[in-house]
Amino acid sequence: MSAPLLEVRDVTRRFGGLVANSHVSMEVRQGEILGLIGPNGAGKSTLFNLIAGAFPPSAGQILLEGRDITTLPGTARCGLGIARTFQVPRSFDSMTVLENVMVGAFVRHPRAHAAQAAALETLDYVGLAARAGAPAGELTPPEKRRLEMARALATRPRLLLLDEVMTGLTPSEAQKGVELVRRVREAGVTIVMVEHVMEVVMPLVDRAVVLHLGEVLAEGSPQQVVRDDGVITAYLGERHRAA
Amino acid sequence: MAIAKALPLATVPSPFLARRRRQLLLAVPVFALLALLPLLVRDVYLQNVLVLTLMYAALSQSWNILGGYCGQISLGHALYFGIGAYTTSVLFVNFGILPWGGMLAGGVLAVLVALLLGYPCFKLRGHYFSIATIVIAEIGLLLVHNWDYVGAAMGIQWPFGPDSWATLQFARDKVPYFHLALGLFAITWLVTWVIEGSRWGFWWRAVKDDTEAAQSLGVEVFRSKMAAAAVSAFFTAVGGAFYAAFVSYIDPESVMSFRFSLLFALPAVLGGIGTLWGPAVGAAVLIPLTEITRSYLGGNGSGLDLVIYGVLIMLVALARPEGLLSLLPRPRAAGEGGR
Ligand SMILES: Nc1ncnc2c1ncn2[C@@H]1O[C@H](COP(=O)(O)OP(=O)(O)O)[C@@H](O)[C@H]1O
Ligand SMILES: [Mg+2]
Repeated sequence: MSAPLLEVRDVTRRFGGLVANSHVSMEVRQGEILGLIGPNGAGKSTLFNLIAGAFPPSAGQILLEGRDITTLPGTARCGLGIARTFQVPRSFDSMTVLENVMVGAFVRHPRAHAAQAAALETLDYVGLAARAGAPAGELTPPEKRRLEMARALATRPRLLLLDEVMTGLTPSEAQKGVELVRRVREAGVTIVMVEHVMEVVMPLVDRAVVLHLGEVLAEGSPQQVVRDDGVITAYLGERHRAA
Repeated sequence: MAIAKALPLATVPSPFLARRRRQLLLAVPVFALLALLPLLVRDVYLQNVLVLTLMYAALSQSWNILGGYCGQISLGHALYFGIGAYTTSVLFVNFGILPWGGMLAGGVLAVLVALLLGYPCFKLRGHYFSIATIVIAEIGLLLVHNWDYVGAAMGIQWPFGPDSWATLQFARDKVPYFHLALGLFAITWLVTWVIEGSRWGFWWRAVKDDTEAAQSLGVEVFRSKMAAAAVSAFFTAVGGAFYAAFVSYIDPESVMSFRFSLLFALPAVLGGIGTLWGPAVGAAVLIPLTEITRSYLGGNGSGLDLVIYGVLIMLVALARPEGLLSLLPRPRAAGEGGR
């Protein structure tokens, strides 16, 4: 068994008096889709920010293939192959869709011509090629999520962090999203996805980690996790117990 | 995905690079026609206004590189303007070094100062950055004011000499200055165009739009700001060198007052911040207007021209936050592929 792609070791993150992540430990294995679930405010996005390097943890370590990256800034982590989307899409609104994706593509292709080719290819891959010339600000919400995906994919990541990319999509859009995530994984990218729509995540993920009040509550296969008593009381509530 | 499969890549013919080619093809005739303008405008006063308009177009374009593209709003660029003007004047008057050399030396010095100041200042965000630039430029003005070697409050008078392209002195004829200013503007325009198509340009705009998202996409945020500041400072100092040669007398107030910092920022804001032609359009409106009001109302110190800028900017901010250029149909929309 090879070393995990990513390891989070006893990570804590405080915001003033609030503890958003408390002694979180988990690992992400090469090639898997890991679901990170938990109710709103559980600390999922915070953990993403820590892994992507948006800000440092208050304590603990983060390792990429055994290498300590805890103090590396986000820019450098992107170069090492970590990419992420934002829960609230953050497009560059003075740019077109294509130019947005080119920003990501420049990580691997310093020249504009090559970056454009890579960006167009990525847009085609996520199904946004027809909108390449549109100003990013004019996209519909589902298109914006696709743009987030395309931008992150254009950096050619090994580890892709998806923060609620299915939220707010219609069932048919969500189904397309699921297909896209599967294709990305088949292309060899390891994926961690945050989602609180359980129906969407559970069939898609290989493993799930449940966060609650900043702590890891449970971990295992989707089937194990949904049957875990602690998870049921803390998170799933009546909706899932009934099912 | 099915949608994507239905649309072969060929329907999206390189929209970004195609747009860039169009921009360049448009610029060539514009600059050629501008070069002919002195044939139409024979009046020396009006020629003078044209020289200033082009000079401010170039300076505002330089400011735009940092403020418009990278989103770092400097209100202290008079410092770099002064560095260019003073370096050129001192080198010429005290050492006989031609203003062409002074231009380069001033530019390099301004780059060094910009990098030195950028190091602490770019840790500041938003308004704090702008305020810091104002304060630093005012300190620079005070220092020059009390520095005897550069003439202190008296300033520096360039010696009289024959008209010459070597010394950039033309006593009667404004046309050479017109072509110099046009050349300067054309260079700043071209530099901006080249940067727009490079990774730096993308990085800068990404930093401006959303720094955090930029970082997550591998953008070197701090390096981007430093690079933008360096390019911007260089051409602002070159503009200062030109101005010193043009007026052949400088003193602290006449090249380093806060008024200049405003005059570099305002055309870009008025015409369209972070655009290729915004600064030129803004300068074409603003500079003739201020020169004309100045000659009607007489004198320099009334401050009425500053009131006019303020009112103009407020009107633009209310009616057209994206500047006058946004009144034109967006050329960008033509690049919208696949339909
Ligand atoms: N930048 C921040 N500053 C202060 N508090 C924050 C910040 N980010 C998150 N929090 C707080 O941390 C907790 C966890 O938030 P978050 O990680 O966004 O949860 P989730 O993504 O699971 O909904 C919340 O109470 C939130 O208010
Ligand atoms: Mg969240």
